[in-house]
Amino acid sequence: MSFYLVLTVNSITFGGLLFLLSSGFSLIFGLMRIPNLTHGSLFMLGAYVGATFVVGMLGAKMNFWLAALLATIAIALTGAFIERFLLRRLPGNELAQVLVTLGLSFIAADFSLMVWGGDPLTVATPEGLEGFARMGSLVFALYRLAIIVIAAVVAIALWLLLERTRLGAMIRAGVDDPEMARVVGIRVSQLFTIVFALGAGLAGFAGIIGAPILSVYPGLDQDMLPLALVVVILGGSGSLLGSFVGSIVIGFIYNFGQALLPELAYFVLFLPMLLVLLLRPQGLFGRHVP
Amino acid sequence: MTRKISRRTMLAGTAAGAAAAAFKFPTPAIAQNAPFKLGLLTVKTGPLAQGGIQMEQGIVTYLKEKNYTFAGRKVDFISADSGGNPAGAKTKAQELIERDKVDSIVGPLAAFELLAITDYIAQQKTPLLSLAAAEDMTQRRPNPYFVRASATSSQAMHPMADYAAKELKLKNVITISEDFAFGYEQMGGFQQTFEDNGGKILKKLWPPIVTPDYTPYLAQIADCDGVCQGFAGSNPLRFMKQYVAAGLKYPVVSGETGGDDALMHSFGDEAIGMYSCCPYTLDLQNESNKRFVAAMQKDYKVDPGFYAAGLYINGMVVEAALEKTGGKSDNKEELIKAMRSVSLTDTPRGPVKFDHFGNVIGNFYVRKVEKANGKMMNKTVKTYENVSQFWNYDEKKFLSQPVYSRDYPPLKS
Amino acid sequence: MTTRSIALVVALGLLIAVPYWMPGVYYVNVASQILLYAIFALGLNILAGYAGLVSLGHAGLFGIAAYVASYSLQHGFGHGASIIFAIAIGMLSMALFALLSLRSSGIGFIMITLALGQILWGLAYRWISITGGDNGINVPNRPELFGFSLADANTFYYVTMVIFLICIGMVAIFTRSPLGAALMGTRDQPRRMNALGYHVWAIRFWACMFSGLLTAISGILFVYYTQFISPQTLALTASAEVLLMVIAGGAGTLFGPVVGAILVVVVKSVVSGFIERWNMLLGFIFVAIVIFMPEGLVPGTTRLWRLAFSRQAKRTAGVTEAAP
Repeated sequence: MSFYLVLTVNSITFGGLLFLLSSGFSLIFGLMRIPNLTHGSLFMLGAYVGATFVVGMLGAKMNFWLAALLATIAIALTGAFIERFLLRRLPGNELAQVLVTLGLSFIAADFSLMVWGGDPLTVATPEGLEGFARMGSLVFALYRLAIIVIAAVVAIALWLLLERTRLGAMIRAGVDDPEMARVVGIRVSQLFTIVFALGAGLAGFAGIIGAPILSVYPGLDQDMLPLALVVVILGGSGSLLGSFVGSIVIGFIYNFGQALLPELAYFVLFLPMLLVLLLRPQGLFGRHVP
Repeated sequence: MTRKISRRTMLAGTAAGAAAAAFKFPTPAIAQNAPFKLGLLTVKTGPLAQGGIQMEQGIVTYLKEKNYTFAGRKVDFISADSGGNPAGAKTKAQELIERDKVDSIVGPLAAFELLAITDYIAQQKTPLLSLAAAEDMTQRRPNPYFVRASATSSQAMHPMADYAAKELKLKNVITISEDFAFGYEQMGGFQQTFEDNGGKILKKLWPPIVTPDYTPYLAQIADCDGVCQGFAGSNPLRFMKQYVAAGLKYPVVSGETGGDDALMHSFGDEAIGMYSCCPYTLDLQNESNKRFVAAMQKDYKVDPGFYAAGLYINGMVVEAALEKTGGKSDNKEELIKAMRSVSLTDTPRGPVKFDHFGNVIGNFYVRKVEKANGKMMNKTVKTYENVSQFWNYDEKKFLSQPVYSRDYPPLKS
Repeated sequence: MTTRSIALVVALGLLIAVPYWMPGVYYVNVASQILLYAIFALGLNILAGYAGLVSLGHAGLFGIAAYVASYSLQHGFGHGASIIFAIAIGMLSMALFALLSLRSSGIGFIMITLALGQILWGLAYRWISITGGDNGINVPNRPELFGFSLADANTFYYVTMVIFLICIGMVAIFTRSPLGAALMGTRDQPRRMNALGYHVWAIRFWACMFSGLLTAISGILFVYYTQFISPQTLALTASAEVLLMVIAGGAGTLFGPVVGAILVVVVKSVVSGFIERWNMLLGFIFVAIVIFMPEGLVPGTTRLWRLAFSRQAKRTAGVTEAAP
């Protein structure tokens, strides 16, 4: 019984982290139809940059949350740069988008190796969240529970952005019907830069928030990108609800699948992904078939 | 509309192709007193780069100490990056042997890289010294041109199991390691010796190599009195952090990569109390280790670990072999024979000699992680001397049983 | 003799003379590698370039052919039989792949092929009784052809070269054929093709089979070249790499994949000996290609060439016209 409870709680916390990782990808893909294969690299860079701030530059250690904020901004700016100077030249050219995003991921991976070396970096759990919550004999790390809260806050913030602001309305219009959106006068190219920066920032944020659990190491980008893809496929792109529900579902599949079906551990995510693609290609909540 | 191949496209294609192919290739230097060419096959890009970079640091440290001169002969050192995959390892091995004409190769890093090139190395008769742990390289499918000065996957786990049973008095252990050959071989070795000493393995958990979150496996660790982990690379870090975050408190024992000295600076308090058994230990107090550690700290500002020490020692073995052959390296059979007959007493890991398969017989150190000056450090608590790859088992009997695998030894419970 | 046939002859000459102008046996081996990856890229290009179906799982099919060949050899079958098995099972797997993937197109196709590729990769790791897990399978001997052993680098190169020429010939014929034209039609205007009565699914399926044949051939050449197969060969990075070869060289062109293969193999195998950060270099090259020649190296170079020529032509014409 306690075994299942532990797995359930972890499914939700892992799902929270996946939401932070994949919401950016879903946004970018939903609006701009760009499969951003640099997403894993942005996650990893956010983690590295954040870790560097936390450990301290110029001898002064920085508060974790401040470091996370700065890292997020740094990666968001990187995203804006990538969109403005590279992706903007390739509207609709899917192959070139794949080439450039993969090329950038090579650069990011080698750059990280050059700057931070091959050793993994640990990020200490932020102050105040190092302890445990106890429930009878069960123990849950406070920080993991905090991630659920963070994910929920970000989800609500994104929802408010999409539903209650003009920017959000423009994004939704762009997702639903980009041609009409242009006709109506929405400055789609500016919108794209903002959205890509937002998506990149979310990835970087997810990286540093996840760092106390996952640590930061070369190869983190390749480990996390397939997870983002799986969530977006399952939940449907361009849908916030889809990202959220998809993340939680993948959290459950990941935890229970690996624990109960260890023989299938390698396939536990890709088999469901395949099934969804075959049976319901738009995902659970997607608005259009990819 | 069918697209025709215009002559322009054809020309462009040819031009691009010819341009790409017509690089200026370096011609090998034709020196008079021909230097000894030592090749390094390592990984400097991608996820395995951590160990690969340390390997290069280790061998370069030794070469610098010796002023790039072995037995009076100048050493030409060529480093090659395999990219961490078998095809790359084969290509780079070919580059070192066919283009650069190396006399001997140190490396590669990973077992699967070694397995990809073993036939080629034997064919080319190039002596190879690697720290890749694949057991059968010196057991059931031995390569006569191979020397291993570090350990087989299980060589460090036999003494670890002995210590766990006899000193830590553990009786029921759950093992967890990555789902690949290095993991199987380590845990198999641990299991065999642990069970021979009256212990019992309750469960064997095998998370895939790419597992960001170990919680589904950690949730299965209960009702035991110890955990044996065999993670490698940067995984031990993540594992221990998540282990402690899951509220688990059982003592943890691990192998040569699980508690690597080079990884200590990344660990936090979660590692305190973890035991590991390794052929190298940072706090070994002998002359060559003191020199080695000082040089690594000066040049690279790092504490060396298993990978750097392994390659440093490989350098020592190559030099010792050259001293035996009087500096000659043209006769490959003689060179490999000399290497295998090397017996050193003062190396960063202590005494080193080889069995008839080319695998090391040496000391293995059990260490415990302690906190000193705010950092994590390994403190050596026991030294097992003269440990061979067969531990205390009869060699023939050991070789007649199958290689340690996911299902061997079978779980008794 | 047109410029084109001169160029073809020169290229062919260079190709045949490789063992003579390459400075060493190592480079002949690199040339063999380039050619086998070129065949792989040509196979992927049938789908990604001519059919508009981008696959991120092609390394899985490449791997299947390689594993089948090595498994058969390991179990005592001769080279001929092993090659036949590998091609047969490779193409059968491709048929299965196609049945599953062709239900979508565009991004859906990319995702399905990615998932399938990852599943095959997982199988390679876990089905230890067949694949040997990450210990892989060793292929101790290369075959002999008419008394010449392929263990010799030059012989291996020539056999690979002949196979490459046959493959590129097949692709050339295919793209000029009605089937090829129809395929490109389904890429550019699937709905219109449907309306015109073409069976889009069937056209794509046969394209997949052709791609599968080329991929299987390259997988077999690979396993004879490296004489080792392990799960790394089926990783996502391997699928991404061959896709990058196709796109960087020029998708949908005949020589694009070949140029792409040359680029990637040369940087990985040769340049990596001189430049430590070769991975970053490769990334920068890709980004540069996207900036200056987003359609790929071959079409891009052609475009720039044409631009240069047309300026020449204009200049000559201008002079003629200006003269009173």
